[in-house]
Amino acid sequence: MTPEVISVTHGVVGYDGRPVLRDVSLTVTAGEVVAILGANGSGKSTLVRAVLGLVPLSAGSVTLFGQQVRRFRQWHRVGYVPQRLGAGSGVPATVAEVVASGRLARRGILRPPGRADREAVAEALRAVGLADRAKDPVATLSGGQQQRTLIARALAGRPELLILDEPTAGVDTASQEAFAGALRGFATDGGTVLLVAHELGPLRPLISRAVVVHQGVVAHDGTVPDPAGHHAAPDHDHVHPHGPEEPAGLWSTT
Amino acid sequence: MSLFQYEFMLRALVGALIIGLAAPALGIYLVQRRLALIGDGIGHVALTGVGAGLLFQTSPVIMAVLAATIGAIAIELIRERGRTSGDLALALLFYGGIAGGVVLVGLSDSTSANLNAYLFGALTTTSRDDLVTIAVLGAAVLIAMLALRPALFAVCHDEEYARVSGLPVRGLNLLLAITTAITVTIAMRAVGVLLISALMVVPVATAQQVTRGFRATMAAAMVLGLFAAGAGIWLAAVADTAPGASVVVLAIASFIVVTLLAAGWRRIRRARPEPAPAPEPHEVVLGGS
Repeated sequence: MTPEVISVTHGVVGYDGRPVLRDVSLTVTAGEVVAILGANGSGKSTLVRAVLGLVPLSAGSVTLFGQQVRRFRQWHRVGYVPQRLGAGSGVPATVAEVVASGRLARRGILRPPGRADREAVAEALRAVGLADRAKDPVATLSGGQQQRTLIARALAGRPELLILDEPTAGVDTASQEAFAGALRGFATDGGTVLLVAHELGPLRPLISRAVVVHQGVVAHDGTVPDPAGHHAAPDHDHVHPHGPEEPAGLWSTT
Repeated sequence: MSLFQYEFMLRALVGALIIGLAAPALGIYLVQRRLALIGDGIGHVALTGVGAGLLFQTSPVIMAVLAATIGAIAIELIRERGRTSGDLALALLFYGGIAGGVVLVGLSDSTSANLNAYLFGALTTTSRDDLVTIAVLGAAVLIAMLALRPALFAVCHDEEYARVSGLPVRGLNLLLAITTAITVTIAMRAVGVLLISALMVVPVATAQQVTRGFRATMAAAMVLGLFAAGAGIWLAAVADTAPGASVVVLAIASFIVVTLLAAGWRRIRRARPEPAPAPEPHEVVLGGS
């Protein structure tokens, strides 16, 4: 039997007493590429944040590689790609510098970067097609290229599991294809993927299973469903307002 | 140089150079998380420590480090609980700190000249002991900021990602809070409470006009801080101006000069014809082809 990589059992999450996830159970085994689909506000982003331990569960449990997420320490096995680059940075940073952050989980905070780190960064940049932009400031990149920078950062740590939160929202076609290519390479090498998407686009052929979250519960778990309603229309515009930001703290980045 | 044959000028110069190097090395992280003014808030709290030190006749610098550290940790914990908004917490610090300091200094027997020394800096009165304190604490801050650069960069750049990388985010945040408090306290001797953020922030703002990456910005900011500190003390000695204010004036002057030069350089480059960058492919099929 293939080992369980992610397991959520009867997970419940609420913000300020308002339930966002109500009794969600989900299992992802090694080598699967699972897409979480759902409308805005369905709780799909909250589900991945709970899997990563970024949001506490009020009931139920989450395990990563068989360990309770609260006690999980092998973060080098997990690569996380957030929805977009935090707008917090006021100081320029090059693409390579951002990607190099992905090595920290493997290296620890005290050891200075070595040759293995530099090679992993260069390889991750090649995988997303940004090798020629390594020394450019991230802020000069297009939205799609910034998104590719984030996947390169996750790949640089050579994880076994990639978790992506709406990686292709508002990303140009060229970047979506580069993105799909990088993901295909990762999955072919035996990696496990959990991704949140509003729209699959060029990622669709890669997905082995789809989980649809609706109003905080799993409404479907199986093959990739066809888009319905106006989402199926070829001219459907996938631009949606983002949810309200969480309050920014004094020492926080956003 | 004959001006620096006096020991007090030499001490002032060495003290200023250490602070000029350490302050931007820390300040870059504060600028990165858009906290450029936090140093001011913590400086005000440090003033309460100075007042307590003068009142109880213990070392004002040590008391200021203690007060500033407690203040900085308090902000961080308030922030973590998310109970008070950031700017409100800052306001409480600003006013509580400065009022507490003035009240305590007033209660002690010291003169208002003593308070002025901390408000506006009194580098030329730096004693040998002060210099040792500045050197030890400055070196500690510098080493922490340089050795932990990848981790601190990751936390300041994207805190959530840092957490998912298994970094000790809370520990690193507290480390930043404490080193900010220490830097503020030693910089207080040089430029005074009212100008403290300038040395942390202005060299970084200047550097990022011309740099492309984080490491380059940090290195350039440290060079600029060193230059402003050295030239400021020299100016103070030659023109008999206030040392702390001279350092800050020179830091701001370099900002203006570098900004103008960078703008001019960009204009020259734009005037030269350059091949347009290859456009990204269209997202739609045009003309039915």
